[in-house]
Amino acid sequence: MDTVENMSPELLAFEARLAKDEVIEPKDWMPADYAKTLLRQISQHAHSEVIGMQPEGNWVLRAPTFRAKKILLAKIQDEGGHGLYLYSAAETLGMDRSQMIDQLHEGKAKYSSIFNYPALNWADIGAIGWLVDGAAIVNQVSLQRTSFGPYARAMVRICMEESFHQRQGYEIMVRMMRGNEAQRQMAQDAMNRWWWPALMMFGPHDKDSAHTQQSMKWKIKRQSNDVLRQRFVDKTIPQAHFIGLNVPDPDLKYDEETKSYQIGEINWDEFNQVIRGNGFCNHARLSHHKKRIGKESGYVRLQLHTL
Amino acid sequence: MNNKENLYQFLLRCSDDNLIAGQRMAEWCSNGPILEEDLAMVNISLDLLGQSESFLDYAATLDTMGKNADDLAFGRSEREYFNHLLVEQPNGDFAVSMVKLLFFSAYQKELYTALMSSKDERIAAICAKAVKEARYHYRHASDWFERLALGTDESLRRLNDAIVELWPFTENFFEMDNAYQALQAENIVPEMADIRKKWLSNIQEVFRNGEVDLPGDVHMYSGGINGYHTEHLGHLLCEMQYLHHAHPGAQW
Repeated sequence: MDTVENMSPELLAFEARLAKDEVIEPKDWMPADYAKTLLRQISQHAHSEVIGMQPEGNWVLRAPTFRAKKILLAKIQDEGGHGLYLYSAAETLGMDRSQMIDQLHEGKAKYSSIFNYPALNWADIGAIGWLVDGAAIVNQVSLQRTSFGPYARAMVRICMEESFHQRQGYEIMVRMMRGNEAQRQMAQDAMNRWWWPALMMFGPHDKDSAHTQQSMKWKIKRQSNDVLRQRFVDKTIPQAHFIGLNVPDPDLKYDEETKSYQIGEINWDEFNQVIRGNGFCNHARLSHHKKRIGKESGYVRLQLHTL
Repeated sequence: MNNKENLYQFLLRCSDDNLIAGQRMAEWCSNGPILEEDLAMVNISLDLLGQSESFLDYAATLDTMGKNADDLAFGRSEREYFNHLLVEQPNGDFAVSMVKLLFFSAYQKELYTALMSSKDERIAAICAKAVKEARYHYRHASDWFERLALGTDESLRRLNDAIVELWPFTENFFEMDNAYQALQAENIVPEMADIRKKWLSNIQEVFRNGEVDLPGDVHMYSGGINGYHTEHLGHLLCEMQYLHHAHPGAQW
């Protein structure tokens, strides 16, 4: 355990800066573990944006109107752009993008488990925007105050675009619920499949979270998993009820006193299975990405910096 | 056909070229060889879809059944599509997609430039906006053509394969049918021989910069604008129109 006596002057100064909520910049001194944690988190975030293009890309060719197709294309383009900002933010910590991608392909770096679930009907595009991006925003709004400058600044821009994504997702759900019986069934089916995985996006309960304590101390993470999850639950359930969607949780309770919903127990076995690589799409997502960046297109990348 | 029908036909042709090319370009979404290029291709797709919609919105005002742009895009079968054959060809690898975009954007750039002085004001206005996009697409495609041509043995081989595959579809752009000629007599559309000349001079320049020879005389395919297509279009429409076929009458 660090005590003031055995801390180096650099570490003392670093902790004093954090205590004053100062922003840490790439050229500033920082503990090696702080940099390592950030690199892990930011590159994972970048990979998530890029892998997340796949389930939505799966529907772009089947989008049912000009408007829907244009919005979806623009949205997926935003996600790719977020990937670019985040790779750049991570590069300030000394690793380049291609190394991060190698780590992803080798299984050393992860991406958000949510993208290991399949997008099966058009309402899934609504559910992804509304629930998945909705959950991501809650987390990302909090990260706008993260202690590392490049990450915090990327979050400010990303949050603006994500709030648009969340609205477009909800709009699809509204349209589907106002549509015919088959459309309402698709919407409820999407809700049933995405609700719990979206709640799992916030990670394990605080008491079981391996990284939370240190990350909060470093002010990388500003609020705990359970606090953020509850914020999402309380924001989202009224939106579901407003358009007539059922929340697939038989144990859901509303606490009149706290004006807050109490959810049933999350299936952590499923969560752990997907993290271990046994989700429905783990293999497909990674092999798609390897193929995309693979030998068949290497000749294109070789010419990127010519002319 | 009267002139209103001829105009309707021409608007569908312009729209369908863009819609089919835009849908093909959208196939690259989440599949690009590098993130930046993925985003660029999605951008091009968005431009093309926007142009398609502009032409279809105009066509819809002439439609006797009161259809809107979405009805026209998602409700017609392949025999009712009038795009040129090149744009419906499969994407193949990146080189095929870039050569396809080069041939197509060079055509659009010259056609739109000429249409900016169309007697039809709405067409002139659509094209004044669209020509800026076509010029950008042309620049993107010609840059890549040059890079691949002057790159490695592999990039040159793939580029050459793409040229051989796609060149026979290029003459199709300059075909004129009776409907087109009737519009030309009204100064609504330009003489295709002029567009072809300008197109060829663009292409010659790009090939020269890449030190690649133009293909010699080969058989050139004809069709598309008469509703006869290659087998590829049916599959593309099948996918694009899937929800409308599965749920007739639903509102999205």
